[in-house]
Amino acid sequence: MIKIELASRALGFAAAASLSWGALAADITGAGATFPYPIYAKWADAYKKATGVGMNYQSIGSGGGIKQITAKTVDFGASDMPMKPEDLEKNGLMQFPAIMGGDVIVYNLKSVPTAAIVLTGPLIADIYLGKIRKWNDAALARQNPGVKLPDQAISVVHRSDGSGTTFIFTNYLSRVSEEWKTRVGEGTSVAWPTGVGGKGNEGVASYVQRIDGAIGYVEYAYAKQNRLSVAKMTNRDGNVVAPSDETFAAAAAGADWSKAPGMYLVLTDQPGKQSWPMTGASFILMRKVQEKAENAKEVLKFFDWSFRNGQKMADELDYVPIPAPVVKLIQSTWKSQIKDASGKAVY
Amino acid sequence: MSDLQSQHYARSAPWKDVAFEWLTRAFAFLVFSILAAILVSLLAGSQPTLQKYGVSFIWSHDWDPVKEQFGALVPIYGTVLSSLIAMLIGVPVSFGIALFLTELSPRWLKRPLGTAIELLAAIPSIIYGMWGLFVFVPLFQTHLQPLLIDALGDLPLLGALFEGPPLGIGMLTAGLILSVMVIPFIAAVMRDVFELVPPMLKESAYGLGATTWEVVWRVVLPYARVGVIGGVMLGLGRALGETMAVTFVIGNAHRLAASLMAPGNSIASALANEFTEAVGDLYFSALIELGLILFLITTIVLGLSKLLLLRLTRREGTRT
Repeated sequence: MIKIELASRALGFAAAASLSWGALAADITGAGATFPYPIYAKWADAYKKATGVGMNYQSIGSGGGIKQITAKTVDFGASDMPMKPEDLEKNGLMQFPAIMGGDVIVYNLKSVPTAAIVLTGPLIADIYLGKIRKWNDAALARQNPGVKLPDQAISVVHRSDGSGTTFIFTNYLSRVSEEWKTRVGEGTSVAWPTGVGGKGNEGVASYVQRIDGAIGYVEYAYAKQNRLSVAKMTNRDGNVVAPSDETFAAAAAGADWSKAPGMYLVLTDQPGKQSWPMTGASFILMRKVQEKAENAKEVLKFFDWSFRNGQKMADELDYVPIPAPVVKLIQSTWKSQIKDASGKAVY
Repeated sequence: MSDLQSQHYARSAPWKDVAFEWLTRAFAFLVFSILAAILVSLLAGSQPTLQKYGVSFIWSHDWDPVKEQFGALVPIYGTVLSSLIAMLIGVPVSFGIALFLTELSPRWLKRPLGTAIELLAAIPSIIYGMWGLFVFVPLFQTHLQPLLIDALGDLPLLGALFEGPPLGIGMLTAGLILSVMVIPFIAAVMRDVFELVPPMLKESAYGLGATTWEVVWRVVLPYARVGVIGGVMLGLGRALGETMAVTFVIGNAHRLAASLMAPGNSIASALANEFTEAVGDLYFSALIELGLILFLITTIVLGLSKLLLLRLTRREGTRT
């Protein structure tokens, strides 16, 4: 008898639990950037297991993400390129960074395969402007005194598709080279003065691996997982740094988010001894006035949970989690900026 | 059929017939309305660039998303040139295949060969692209391209087409991959129209002492000429719109270059590359207008092929 009673009670609990879950499980939806998709998907999976609330993220590209959030078809949008404060204002949106990563320079020199090349921002700009055309160029040789650079043409490889990786890269070049800034500028896709375009990180990597004398830029995680030759770089403080989780985090720590209006901040060329110069963040876009406050709350709960529990997962995928002080700042903007229809703070 | 049954049909048929007719009519007009809807939405979407640049969009070669300067010349040129290369190689080869299958092949080989060619048409285009990038490009770069550049690069006029470093990727590679992709289409159509040629005509020619070549050149080809052109147009239509395979190997550079070895861009691959991250009205609209231009080009090509095929069937009618 007792057993039966216990069993029925357990069943009742189960039913109650599934019922309450059913009520809660209004899955949240997001769309946008492709660069952070692997980590968002992983977080969503873990979050679903922990709380029962699912998150459906479509990696349709930053442009699509901005369109969808403006059209109110998703709960949040995602963009690799932060929106300018005036654009945010115009569309009634707010943004915050959710995950970081960085670009690295990869190259292929068959004659000196083991050499570790050091580059500076202005040198990279000149290579991508087509002004430095040979590997044994005097400026490159001066930067790499120990390396016997070959008399060989440099084949420039860039991304052919619009991407956040390109945005970080061109943003950095615009900061370190006046000529790049005026002639080319920054964006998810730009008018490249020279070179060939590969589709996606894998396209750039395969061109670089195929063409002797090629140089290209890819996402750090991609270069690491595929063991490509990666160049070291001289950062803003004049130190030679190699890309690693530590140097990315150093760039993020050096940044002052509190002084950036609308959190419009790109983490390239940041001060700090250890800072990797081509670091960037991927952003989440949300509407300031929420008609469906419940959904907005779920989104914020999801990111709050991910900031607290998702760091190890980010490390595994070679992303860099947002540092704790920045998370605090982000959460205070949630309180001050996201309101429901009656003007009450959602978070 | 018994009386009872025919009565039954007679009674029930009219409204069913009418309903069925309307149903099929609706399906047919659905195609029209979808086509019209595509055209309208493309036109509407490309309004910002249409208004800003007008017709000059077609011959401007700027493509700068940062400064918002857009022109379609580079992708149009790339689309047309890569398709042209594909046709230059694909048409003679397809002609040879069709000829062999209809005139020369032993009977036991016809079936497997024909099926193999049709299978080639069923391979998804991304497979062609990956095969192109990972298998064909390295071979082309290390063996064929240096040969071409050495042999032809120094010639006057023609040399400009074969200048530059051997990157493996570029306009010529895209054209070559496309030619492999269009061959099954063109070869299949050619084989079918060659088989339309009445055996009596061919046998008469053979009877008069003509060689195989003479029969093919003087009898088969003139008879099937219009159909052959139709098949070529069909292949051209495919080459113009091909996206993934071209994107992998064309080099995706928005630059006009005389050399076939240089990287270029095509309309379809520009769309595939840039659509996802196109932020800003003008940028987006420029891509939509590229789509509109491609739509118009392929419509014209396919329209021409249909017209030619129509003429073929009409001629068939008058001859028999």
